[in-house]
Amino acid sequence: MHAASAFTLSGRDLLGIEGLIASEITGLLDLAEEFVELNRQIEKKRTTLRGRTQINLFFEASTRTQSSFEIAGKRLGADVMNMSVGSSSVKKGETLIDTAITLNAMHPDILVVRHHASGAVALLARKVDCCVVNAGDGAHEHPTQALLDALTIRRNKGRIAGLTVAICGDVLHSRVARSNIILLHTLGAKVRLVAPSTLLPAGIESLGVEVFRTMEEGLRDADIVMMLRLQRERMAGSFIPSVKEYFHYFGLDEAKLRHAAPDALVMHPGPMNRGVEIDSAVADGPRSLIREQVEMGVAVRMAVLDTLARKLPNA
Amino acid sequence: MRDGRLIFRDPRPLLLANARVIDPSRGSDFHGDVYLADGVIKDAGFGIAASGVPDGAEVVDCKGAVVAPGLVDMCAFVGEPGAEHRETLASASHAAAAGGVTTIICQPNTDPVVDDPAIVDFILRRARDTAVVRVHPMAAITKGLRGEEMTEIGLLQAAGAVAFTDGHRSVASAQVLRRTLTYARDFDALLVHHTEDASMSQGAMNEGAFAARLGLSGNPKAAETIVLERDVRLVAGARGRYHAAALTCAESLAVLERAKEAGLPVTASATINHLSFNELDIGAYRTYFRLAPPLRAEDDRQALIRAIASGLIDVVVSDHLPQDVEGKRLPFSEAEPGAIGLETLLSAALRLVHSDQVDLVTLLAALSTRPAAILGLDAGTLRPGAPADVIVFDPGMPYVLEPSMLKSRCRNTPFDEARLDGRVLRTIVAGATVYEYV
Repeated sequence: MHAASAFTLSGRDLLGIEGLIASEITGLLDLAEEFVELNRQIEKKRTTLRGRTQINLFFEASTRTQSSFEIAGKRLGADVMNMSVGSSSVKKGETLIDTAITLNAMHPDILVVRHHASGAVALLARKVDCCVVNAGDGAHEHPTQALLDALTIRRNKGRIAGLTVAICGDVLHSRVARSNIILLHTLGAKVRLVAPSTLLPAGIESLGVEVFRTMEEGLRDADIVMMLRLQRERMAGSFIPSVKEYFHYFGLDEAKLRHAAPDALVMHPGPMNRGVEIDSAVADGPRSLIREQVEMGVAVRMAVLDTLARKLPNA
Repeated sequence: MRDGRLIFRDPRPLLLANARVIDPSRGSDFHGDVYLADGVIKDAGFGIAASGVPDGAEVVDCKGAVVAPGLVDMCAFVGEPGAEHRETLASASHAAAAGGVTTIICQPNTDPVVDDPAIVDFILRRARDTAVVRVHPMAAITKGLRGEEMTEIGLLQAAGAVAFTDGHRSVASAQVLRRTLTYARDFDALLVHHTEDASMSQGAMNEGAFAARLGLSGNPKAAETIVLERDVRLVAGARGRYHAAALTCAESLAVLERAKEAGLPVTASATINHLSFNELDIGAYRTYFRLAPPLRAEDDRQALIRAIASGLIDVVVSDHLPQDVEGKRLPFSEAEPGAIGLETLLSAALRLVHSDQVDLVTLLAALSTRPAAILGLDAGTLRPGAPADVIVFDPGMPYVLEPSMLKSRCRNTPFDEARLDGRVLRTIVAGATVYEYV
């Protein structure tokens, strides 16, 4: 723990993967490895964040991310409070910035924020004095998801550089995809996107990815197949004709997975739409890393909270 | 000429001497003097001062600064009636005067909408009583801006509406627009149309790589070009006078060029924002750069500038749209679109002159003579006998735009803290000085 404890990030906040350099990413992953071991012990508590207040401010409903951040904070000794703002202040007309100023007055040390609008977490971060972790902003970034995915890949493949990762599905609405593209690119992996053209943002090639329109081509010899959730609540705009047709062409089943490398592994950020973007046989099969991703989530978030706390006043 | 509606203050005669006199209506640019009296331009030429100062005239030594017709801003939103907290006719007129705009053409998307002759009358009376520059309202094309039924074009025009527009809304129904163009032709009325297909413009910015990076939904350029192409076909049949309110991309310019070559009664504007910025200026979700239509790529901006230089685009507008803090201190996709622009219109446009892309006479024509001609206003000229709406400006005077010095009720300017060159020294409306830089 001593070598790792000198490690810090250049910024006060973690708002995105964009802007992190490779050594910052690997530093976080290395620290997370230690927390993976800790989390498997009976005594999981640390005191790094003792006396610190962490507020999980979620403007958008979330189960797994919010509970993962809550457990991470508690295991490090912080007092953790969950606020689901979607149900209270916003309905009374309070703006994002007013909420930020109000919470700031309560002297939290760490704010973990999710919001449905791209850029909203950065906007909030400018108005508060504590450190801010982006737990997902619109279709922009979800940095801790990308970090936990990277940790999962590294533990199973031993490396990230040189791997071919196929990210498949609803890229257009996905913050997970953007953060993963940037992170994997930074660490030297080859990133492919596989999706119908209506679910790809215009100009996405500029992020340094290769784009495929069929699973057969896109998965060919891929080392990692990363499925994205089809955001059906955002499907009003005629992006795909039907779930049935989507599964036929882009749902991951055993047959499509055979195009990938023989030792290819399957990932999904959850929550899954079984039978829409992924078949249960694959999701629960021997090549699935989906449950391990959830475990890594807690460790990565502990690493992020621990690292950011090192730059807090009086740390 | 349509009625200017300004309080006549019986000003002293004014001799603007030792000036660079630019009259874009006659394509002239010379060193000389301009003499104003009785609310009109008496003379503009060489050596007026040398032949003796007229009795009782105040003499202003312009020291080589430019004297030109006051600007005619063909697109500005004033919140009166209904949104006086954002802008009133008085505050907009003070902002205009500071920016060298002597005629504001205001938008009808107020509350209530300007779709009734009584509201045209209300605006003209309020402007007469409270504004320091000329104000002419545009009326709605369709009742309530709903895009369904045309307004009383004849009666609204008789009441003083200088043109018809649905503001930042496009008329979705081709049939409604076709009938309105056809009917408007009988009154020689001008339709000013916002060309943006609503179903394709639900996004927050221009579609493309930068929107993908920011995770913002994008509006394709086709949303604009499709509506413009449709409209040009309708004009070809109906032959009513048509003005595209704010073109933003190169593809639309090709459509406009074909329409003009075919001799159709089509003209167009570009906003000062689209001539000054591109989508990358949004940077880290800066909401002052959220505009409708959105900022496009740099190639599009350059194409617009060339179109101003060539005269393909007739008019430069401020697209002044005040938004209060509550409308802009929000995540980008939730912020209100729009930027104020009356006060910075000339300074910002002069950047195109300083970068040698547009000559000054052409630029001033697009800011005064052309919009006046399109709207049928007696403005945008220094011809003797024309109303004395004149500005004096130093095209090279540098300054940094401090938001605190703005006269508008709102501060949402994308030129916040920008370095600008060119400053209005004096604004004269009907012979009376309404603004002076001291």
